[in-house]
Amino acid sequence: MDNIIEIRDLHFTYPAEDEDSQPAEVLKGIDLDIKKGESVAVLGHNGSGKSTLAKHLNAILLPTSGKVTVNGIDTADESRLFELRQSAGMVFQNPDNQIVSSIVEEDVAFALENLGVPYEEMRKRVDDALRAVNMYEYRLHSPSQLSGGQKQRVAIAGVIAMEPECMILDEPTAMLDPQGRKEVLATVQKMNREKGMTIVLITHYMEEAAQCGRVVVMDKGRVVLDGKPEKVFSQVETLKSIGLDVPQVTELAWELEQAGFSISPETISEEECVEALMRLFGRLPVNLPAQSNYTDKEQ
Amino acid sequence: MLKDITIGQYFPGNSVIHRLDPRFKIVITIIYIVMLFTGDSMACLAVGAVFTAMMLVLSGIKLKMYLKSIRPLMPFLVITALINLFLVSSGEVLWHWKFLKITSEGVNISVFMIVRIVLLIMGTSVLTYTTSPITLTDAIERLLSPLKKLRFPVHELAMMMSIALRFIPTLIEETDKIISAQKARGAEIDSGSFTTRARNLISILVPLFISSFRRADELATAMECRCYNGGEGRTRLRQLKSAPRDYIALAVTLLFLAGVITLKIIGI
Repeated sequence: MDNIIEIRDLHFTYPAEDEDSQPAEVLKGIDLDIKKGESVAVLGHNGSGKSTLAKHLNAILLPTSGKVTVNGIDTADESRLFELRQSAGMVFQNPDNQIVSSIVEEDVAFALENLGVPYEEMRKRVDDALRAVNMYEYRLHSPSQLSGGQKQRVAIAGVIAMEPECMILDEPTAMLDPQGRKEVLATVQKMNREKGMTIVLITHYMEEAAQCGRVVVMDKGRVVLDGKPEKVFSQVETLKSIGLDVPQVTELAWELEQAGFSISPETISEEECVEALMRLFGRLPVNLPAQSNYTDKEQ
Repeated sequence: MLKDITIGQYFPGNSVIHRLDPRFKIVITIIYIVMLFTGDSMACLAVGAVFTAMMLVLSGIKLKMYLKSIRPLMPFLVITALINLFLVSSGEVLWHWKFLKITSEGVNISVFMIVRIVLLIMGTSVLTYTTSPITLTDAIERLLSPLKKLRFPVHELAMMMSIALRFIPTLIEETDKIISAQKARGAEIDSGSFTTRARNLISILVPLFISSFRRADELATAMECRCYNGGEGRTRLRQLKSAPRDYIALAVTLLFLAGVITLKIIGI
């Protein structure tokens, strides 16, 4: 079986909070397969249901109807709950609210302690996990001495130490500064590349999604787009209609295309964009002096 | 301003006392308290004083720090001394004025009480100065673990303690933020009359409570996601191993206790 996550016709309704309010249907029939080793970004506006979807992958929430299977385990099967949570580790938005211990290495060990892993193996897995996220030298620090990005990397190490097949990150960078965001994303991508860990990254940053191998766009409880990032982002109009932005470079390429220049809108990285622009300008009739800067608006 | 608060007053170090097994340190501290309260003569107290001095020196922490630990208890010391000084009526009368009188016995007892309390504070400070709060929690959990058989929730208590310790800095930081936010909205927190300030304190406490509940909720979910299932079948990363030095320290302490008891029996 190649699919690590299988979601079939998933519906989820939050029960009404009181008699006057209506129950809110957040997920309206989701079908999604995620293959082993994939890195998938789930994009969506606030209220699109992306976080609710993430919570189903770890049995924090159970489907109202439909079925979610992770690593061959039905999430509704309570007897295999720990097995499920061990194979699908979860990282949350606020690093402060998911760190349990006042010492970094003990926090990384928390899941292993709960699972009753013997000391020697635990020591090794904790050290390996801390090295993998580049936090080994901080192992004896208190989390309160760390920056947001470092704390989030400790939280990731806590998940890695469980050696899960799959890591689900629910907006892990939303509370971080740009530097912290970069560190966390690099760590996540490294896990995917080097350990073949399946990554499900819930985010609303286009630039983060662009780094994943596959992008799933959600709107109002449904999957609206699904595919490689360059394909998804080239659907500029669809994305805009559901209130999402596209990465700046894609937007530029799209605007240029709309203006009649031939540039592929499947441009997502800055390097690609620079290259495409060079090609584009190279083809233009050269009526500029060779030494002048061709991006200068005055020319 | 709030960042200056330290809890437990732990001074990291690598002295003999720092390296002792925290479980032994707790047991030794209990024996030490017993030692101080068994003897009721100056000679017994002298034995206790020697033991205290030994601990202070071995801990490698400056005497100044220990003296600081006494300061908050000064009023208590003064009151104890005064009560004993004026209320003990036996012994030779040294001084009297109207209904007040001081006797030699009263002087003896007040000095004895003060020395005993000072020793008690300094000696027990050695434990908190040389052991981090989290290690202490851990040691308490292990020492109390026999109580699990009586269904006493030892693990749960220790977990609550360590989570509380973990969140103290976080909540202090948060309180600072809320104070700044309320000040920016014109709340008088540092100034104004007592009642105004007390009322404005509510504007800090309410958001702090709400956010604490939210944090607690998120933390519980995060702990469940990491397979937390109570204390049953848990293993620990932190291993407490007793070394020969722990037994030596315990033996020395017991020796001092025996000394005090002997002095008491032969009546010195």
